[in-house]
Amino acid sequence: MSIDAKIPAGPLDKKWSSYKNTAKIISPANKRKFKIIIVGSGLAGASAAATLGEQGFNVECFCYQDSPRRAHSIAAQGGINAAKNYQNDGDSTFRLFYDTIKGGDFRAREANVYRLAEVSANIIDQCVAQGVPFAREYGGLLANRSFGGAQVSRTFYARGQTGQQLLIGAYQGLEAQVAAGTVKMHSRTEMLDLVLVDGHAKGIIVRDMVTGEIRAHAADTVLLCTGGYGNVFYLSTNAKGCNVTATYRAYKKGAYFANPCYTQIHPTCIPVSGDYQSKLTLMSESLRNDGRVWVPKRKEDCGKAPADIPEDARDYYLERKYPSYGNLAPRDISSRSAKEVCDEGRGVGPGGLGVYLDFGDAIKRLGQNVVAERYGNLFEMYENITGESAYERPMRIFPAVHYTMGGLWVDYNLMSNIPGLHVLGEANFSDHGANRLGASALMQGLADGYFVIPYTIGDYLNTQFGKAKPDVNSAPFQDALAAVKARTSQLLSIKGNRTVDSFHRELGHIMWDNCGMARTKESLTAAIDKIPKLREEFWKNVNVLGKGETLNQSLEKAGRVADFLEFGELLCRDALQRNESCGGHFRSEYQTPDGEALRDDEHYAHVACWKFEGENATPTRLEEPLSYETVKLATRSYK
Amino acid sequence: MSASSATSTAGIPIHEALCRWVFSSIGKKTIVAVTGILLVLFVTGHMLGNFTIYFGPDLINAYAKHLRDLGPFLWVIRLGLLATVFLHIFFTMLLWKENATARPQKYAVGDPIKTTVFARTMRLTGLFVVAFVIFHLGHFTLMIFNPSWTHLDTELHGETVHDVYRMVVLGFSNPIVSAFYIISLGLLAFHLSHGIGSLFQTLGLSTRKMRPVYEAVARVYAWALFVGYSSIPISILIFGLGKNTIK
Amino acid sequence: MNFTLRVWRQDGPTTAGRFEEYPAKNIPDEASFLEMLDIVNEELEKAGKESVQFDHDCREGICGMCSLTINGVPHGPGRGTTCQLYMRKFQDGDVITIEPFRVGAFPILRDLAVNRTALDKVIQAGGFITARTGSAPDANSVPIPKVVADESMDAAACIGCGACAAACPNSSAMLFVSAKAAHLGLLPQGKPESERRTVRMVRTMDDLGFGNCSNYYACEAVCPAGISASFIARLNRQYTSAAAREAVGATTI
Repeated sequence: MSIDAKIPAGPLDKKWSSYKNTAKIISPANKRKFKIIIVGSGLAGASAAATLGEQGFNVECFCYQDSPRRAHSIAAQGGINAAKNYQNDGDSTFRLFYDTIKGGDFRAREANVYRLAEVSANIIDQCVAQGVPFAREYGGLLANRSFGGAQVSRTFYARGQTGQQLLIGAYQGLEAQVAAGTVKMHSRTEMLDLVLVDGHAKGIIVRDMVTGEIRAHAADTVLLCTGGYGNVFYLSTNAKGCNVTATYRAYKKGAYFANPCYTQIHPTCIPVSGDYQSKLTLMSESLRNDGRVWVPKRKEDCGKAPADIPEDARDYYLERKYPSYGNLAPRDISSRSAKEVCDEGRGVGPGGLGVYLDFGDAIKRLGQNVVAERYGNLFEMYENITGESAYERPMRIFPAVHYTMGGLWVDYNLMSNIPGLHVLGEANFSDHGANRLGASALMQGLADGYFVIPYTIGDYLNTQFGKAKPDVNSAPFQDALAAVKARTSQLLSIKGNRTVDSFHRELGHIMWDNCGMARTKESLTAAIDKIPKLREEFWKNVNVLGKGETLNQSLEKAGRVADFLEFGELLCRDALQRNESCGGHFRSEYQTPDGEALRDDEHYAHVACWKFEGENATPTRLEEPLSYETVKLATRSYK
Repeated sequence: MSASSATSTAGIPIHEALCRWVFSSIGKKTIVAVTGILLVLFVTGHMLGNFTIYFGPDLINAYAKHLRDLGPFLWVIRLGLLATVFLHIFFTMLLWKENATARPQKYAVGDPIKTTVFARTMRLTGLFVVAFVIFHLGHFTLMIFNPSWTHLDTELHGETVHDVYRMVVLGFSNPIVSAFYIISLGLLAFHLSHGIGSLFQTLGLSTRKMRPVYEAVARVYAWALFVGYSSIPISILIFGLGKNTIK
Repeated sequence: MNFTLRVWRQDGPTTAGRFEEYPAKNIPDEASFLEMLDIVNEELEKAGKESVQFDHDCREGICGMCSLTINGVPHGPGRGTTCQLYMRKFQDGDVITIEPFRVGAFPILRDLAVNRTALDKVIQAGGFITARTGSAPDANSVPIPKVVADESMDAAACIGCGACAAACPNSSAMLFVSAKAAHLGLLPQGKPESERRTVRMVRTMDDLGFGNCSNYYACEAVCPAGISASFIARLNRQYTSAAAREAVGATTI
């Protein structure tokens, strides 16, 4: 089966402009006749809803939180990349494109990434116009900082709350459209299934999380902007509610799930302190601009107070191994290096699972005030959680699951292989390849929502003129509705002995131990063996109390964990089939003598697309070859 | 674009706009603040007038006569004051009623957060001050408790005038009256400790830096009024001010 | 550590609520308050009782979803959200009373979860800058003095949790509204719509049944984002000036 990504012809830097020049446009009078369902209200969902509503489409937006402003995009701290070259340090669209492709270990689609780099500058303009208070220099111009994986300063930021400010900008745009009547917002409403009519995505089944009502919504097209699946590991930097349900349900309806094994482990998180822990807290990567990462050279020093370890007994391992990027080496490399030194027994803190991030030199060089101005809120957060002051002793950090590059497969139009199903932001697979660079997630979410989908959605909608409008009373909707209701009742009727969380935690352990920072054939095979057993036990022994007709958080969690229990297996399968190491996917069997990832471009320069083949059947793995017309594949080196 | 430019010169009628402002939360508070300023100015002026007592009977009696000679203008001031007090109380009550319904179910536990005792007792101290003002008017203005005081006359520059000096000395020679007076003014100081500082905030004059300054000044001012006012009964009762005139 | 929890349980928006007492045993002092509740909930479920429903999401202090009043203080002791409160702040053996945010405009949905859609409605009334996608000039075309951008950011830090209204003895949402008015109104991009935004947001706030500000400053004391009540002074000023300008026909709202 051939997979057509519908990439426009022509030279790389002309593809998007020529696409826009010839894109099919829906006339203003016709726009309001099309209803668009948007699931998720993060950067991608809110910006898409705001823009499509503003264009005159009839938009319905859904989120599981109590307000669209709570989506987890809000938690991004560090910044957003854009090829503005305001710092006059040689940045350009091409350089941002190249950094992103290289950062993704040459596993992303050239055309999509170039488009992303192209629109990045517009995002900053748009955000400033809508009132995002980016950091500024004294003269009033925008300030920038550098970020991992880049040698230029192209990251725009708003203190440590960039994601929050960008999301609030998009949220306000969304609410303006709600007031204008073009967007109808359904908060505390969770999508539980996708509805296909004649093979086209035409609606969703949702549960009203307050009344428990399960109902169907129909539309001309569906946009999934539902984020990533990091919570399959139980502990991650994701919000507690983040889940795979929307995208996994779409997968089960036939959408390809692409590259699920590309998971990003963020190097700078606060280490785990116990089993009760519900989530991991990220410390922005921007800390690595001024902080120096080290561990003791000798195992024996690990128990000592950091101040008692002299300079020559410290191993600044990132600076040692990657002299040109040093502490700003990309995330996957930094994370893996941390794991290596901890595996060698040189980790610090409880359980030896931590490395130091030291601001001693920065405080000496810049003064405490400057450090406080740059990172004050992060330092406060660290102190609040750990009870230690990072001004006085180095922070302890450890990698944690943070972002998932994989997601539903989409073409250049951001449409999946199911006609009418569009996927935006972290929920799709498209732009980050095997590893995402810092400050690029915000860029992609907003690019998809503000600047890509408003142009590409016409391609599908134009084929829908004159087609009968989907009807929620028709068989496809009623069947899906009945299936969701049955599943909900089933969850409530098991009444077993284990809580939902205990299953989730166990799945998380399986995933982290076998499919975490380093994976092997053996570990993955073991996980693929264990997960179905756990899933089986779940459906026999989970205890979901309460009723379906009220706010019932156990029921919500149960539905999500049930999907994670299937999805985890898919993730491991993908990891097992990808016999190479690239970006966030590190197979211990495939490494260079000095421990770097060893790619296999001959066999794996493709997107792995998983096609659902039925309950408990092995899914089919399809391939979309990645052809590099402009970029030469190179070994990714940050030395 | 065309829709908004068509209405840009018309807008809504002025009385409607005013009405909306007056009954908005901020409008009501602003009225309470502005009437509060007027009342603070009155209280300040009144105290400065009272201080004439320290310069002997002639000055205070002349001051009193001067006030009475204002004639109809005095009534304008009095009615203005009455209206100010009325508005101050009326809008406070409106605010209070809304505030009381804004939280149908109260918290089961917990101490007030940050809120000062002065702020929390505004309504109580305000009501007490009203009661005191009524007593005070009856006491010294209408003299209904001591009708004989209406005949306290004295000679001033060849004219017969009401001897306010002796009336005040007589009035405050009663320790109970003096105590009530001092307590009432203490409560007024409570009221103003929050009220004066608060009006800077309500009128939008406050900034992050200036708020503590305003609040400190307000508190000093409120208690200065208390000290100023209370000094008179204390001088009479304890230091024997004017004792010789009432023998 | 061990605690006794007195938790508000309420089956639905229209039913009456009550306090129930649960033990919280063997709680690590590094656990966050919500993790402590997770542990208690797991115990409850093991005992066949429905878990306590409480809102939470990011658990890193930024999404504004968590909304517990702990011993009468929204978000509990210390600055920050409930999710950023750690059990080491409590004493072993403490009795902890947990209530929902109690604000008339935030109806209780179940147990400790409340409906804060009212805050979204305030934003809909004008808490935005109209900037059609794609129509923006270059981001550096209007320099904004650092002090202005910083002050705007101070106000923009609001996480919309509603603790200000929950702490206010009058259930006033003035801190929330004033922060939004200042965040957008201070920036040159937000000036054209500033008067309309201010007036409409205040009117909507009034209509939604929030109380009036009495300058108690309880809001500021509990605000996890450290929003200053000086923004309320600014809002008062701007609102009255805009209303006056509307009255004389100098502007339309």
